[in-house]
Amino acid sequence: MFAFTVRRIIQAIIVMLIISFIGFALKQSVGDPVRELTGISVSAAERDAIREKLGLNDPFLIQYGRFLKGAMQGNIGQSFFYKKPAMEVILNKAPATIELVMCCTFLIVVLSIPMGIYSAIYPKRLLSRLIMGLSTIGVSVPIFLIAILLIYVFAIELNWLPSYGRGETVNVWGWESGLLTLDGLRHLILPTTALTALMLPLFVRLIRSEMMEVLETEYVKFAWAKGLPRMRIWFVHAFKNTLLPVITVGGVQIGTMIAFTILTETVFQWGGLGFLFLEAVERADTSLLVAYLIFVGIIFVVVNTAVDIIYGLVNPMVRITGRK
Amino acid sequence: MKKLLFFALAFIFLATSAQGKTLKMALDADPESMDPHVQLSGGMLQYTHLCFDPLIRWTKDMKFEPRLATKWERIDDLTVRFYLREGVKFHSGNTFTAADVAWTMDRLKKSEDFKGLFTSFAEPKIIDDYTIDIITTEPYPLVENMATYIFPLDSKFYTGTDEKGLPKDAIVKTEYSFANQNQSGTGPFYVESREQGVKMVYKRFADYWDKDSKGNVSEIILTPIKENATRTAALLSGGVDFIAPVPPQDFDRLSTNKDINLVSMAGSRIITFQLNQKRKPEFANLKVRQAIIAAIDNAGIVAKLMKGTATAAQQQGPEGFDGYVEGLTPRFDLAKAKQLMKEAGFEKGFEATMIAPNNRYVNDEKIAEAVVSMLSKIGIKVSLKTMPKAQYWDEFDAQVADIQMIGWHSDTEDSANYSEYLLMCPNKDTGKGQYNSGNYCNAKLDELVNQANVENDRVKRRALLQEVEKIAYEDAAYVPLHWQNLSWAAKKGVDIEPVVNIMDFPYLGDLVVE
Repeated sequence: MFAFTVRRIIQAIIVMLIISFIGFALKQSVGDPVRELTGISVSAAERDAIREKLGLNDPFLIQYGRFLKGAMQGNIGQSFFYKKPAMEVILNKAPATIELVMCCTFLIVVLSIPMGIYSAIYPKRLLSRLIMGLSTIGVSVPIFLIAILLIYVFAIELNWLPSYGRGETVNVWGWESGLLTLDGLRHLILPTTALTALMLPLFVRLIRSEMMEVLETEYVKFAWAKGLPRMRIWFVHAFKNTLLPVITVGGVQIGTMIAFTILTETVFQWGGLGFLFLEAVERADTSLLVAYLIFVGIIFVVVNTAVDIIYGLVNPMVRITGRK
Repeated sequence: MKKLLFFALAFIFLATSAQGKTLKMALDADPESMDPHVQLSGGMLQYTHLCFDPLIRWTKDMKFEPRLATKWERIDDLTVRFYLREGVKFHSGNTFTAADVAWTMDRLKKSEDFKGLFTSFAEPKIIDDYTIDIITTEPYPLVENMATYIFPLDSKFYTGTDEKGLPKDAIVKTEYSFANQNQSGTGPFYVESREQGVKMVYKRFADYWDKDSKGNVSEIILTPIKENATRTAALLSGGVDFIAPVPPQDFDRLSTNKDINLVSMAGSRIITFQLNQKRKPEFANLKVRQAIIAAIDNAGIVAKLMKGTATAAQQQGPEGFDGYVEGLTPRFDLAKAKQLMKEAGFEKGFEATMIAPNNRYVNDEKIAEAVVSMLSKIGIKVSLKTMPKAQYWDEFDAQVADIQMIGWHSDTEDSANYSEYLLMCPNKDTGKGQYNSGNYCNAKLDELVNQANVENDRVKRRALLQEVEKIAYEDAAYVPLHWQNLSWAAKKGVDIEPVVNIMDFPYLGDLVVE
């Protein structure tokens, strides 16, 4: 396990270097941050002086070198718009996104497993068809539309739920949480529903198809033949093996969710990372963009590592081959 | 008895809550900083009007109204004397005097964004604590316009060094500074808390000097909501009481809603296309430029694309501005456009390139597409490229295309400003024509604008500026499209009509909420 971890860390560092390099290369084409920091009537010479002061006129490699040097000391840049270190800005926004994603993940796990299993075991029943039908809609309707629809029905027409923002938050050891207040929870419902509506169908379909495949395998047939109780066959024998591909996809998807809740966050004015990212692009807050890419890179690396480990736990065969 | 007690309590509760109204407001942006001199933008000016007070300010009908200056008079060609209000307190408790005005003007000249506006101002002369002479280096007719930008800062509060040992008066664009996070002005509100990009809470200043103001809002909670649909939904669902701007597609819906109060008026931001005569020799031909203007149905764009939320324009400054010329007629006439192209010898047309932003002006991309199809009718084949504003301005400066879109709002609320930036011959040394990517250059027009800039006689000056607009019109110097309308919407009972204005700085200190 130790060698595995070390190898993983080295891999992670290389990945981070590549990401930062690409981020830096991209940053040149996003636009000129100084334009966003000045009124339009400011003269070109004045603007150039600001650019010079911020070091934006230096050659690419010098800027990149300066960035790496800073990163070594834990400073991955300064957000021009927020006038604060980029890491601080990102960490401030992270709780909002993490809470949203956690709630979605919870819902997805709780809903997709029974729905997936049920529709795999009884593919012809009405309820299964209903689940599959709805999931087709869920997959094909853009999240933007779902979100707007939710706002229209529940916020504007029925006036049951708030349409934007996080509501009241409490600070728990530096973590701004909306999970502990009634207002915060009310604000969480619509965005969570929208994001879940996007992700859930994928998992239901995945679990269903994997499960149906497993149910057709020889060992399950053998188990039937042996006369094992059906609950045992379904859940212990079949479902456990269904989980492997689901975890792999799930791991990737959780990473994706954290990084790309952009649309949901924009529609619901949810002050998280996706929202931050979109705004940073729009404002050409380039150093914040690079910092964001690195942050997301770290999350992906960590999540994938965790997935590999869980994978090993679920299926010891993988762990043995991994140890070779 | 219990019931009676309940009603008594309820009454007390209502009576006390009636004094303090909270206004929940959603705008498309929040101020970039708490330092009013760090950036010149709409969001910053809106903030500055809440927390600071100008010497004088614009009224709804484009006149000046006294604020911290009670009256003012021109003493000679170079000097305007301002008499200041006595007994005004800053949020910090310091007393406001002429020294604060002088200190603020000095700081404005250090600000990268404001120094350009104040170049012709010399050091002001303090006569006594409540009298100050504002002096210009040459005759300058816009001293009053500029006085609306002088929001006195609390000089004592901003002097010295903060806990980090940094000077409190430093103007810093991208990093921490005292002034970016602390604020003391004389305005009706002060900032109670601020979470940039998420929420800003203003509280009414108890010692505010303007006791005559009927404004009864004691707290403002500002949430920036950039997404148009979300902003409208927030108002419709009762999440907020007041939104601005109102997205054009929601105008109908909000104006027919009886619980909503929608106010809109013609703004002063003109949207135009510039025809680059240097890049494209065809555009140096007057007939071709006239043909292009005649081919573009700008009233149609206003009606269809903007859904009536704009005002078709034939000149730069809107009605109420000094240069406004009554009766410049619309020029859309497709037959005439074709005729003009024929006369110019381009009956078969030609090809041209065009760039436009896609997130800067209302419907900018759609407008550009509409214009492309309109031009195709007179044989001009335009290849259009649109891009986000973060990338647009560099391309605009580099003049990468023959036709370029630009919108302009005059910082001075004066007609000359448009011509200075958009029409005067480009000149790197004077900075004139900085955004003239059409390379239109007319010595007569330059001369007139320069004259107007030093003409203190309002009547003579108006004639000069009107002459400028006429020349640009005759010369087809650029393609005027429309002025974007400004718009605000609020719940019934929030009386926004009297406090909004063409500059788009709602005077929320005077807002009355039922």
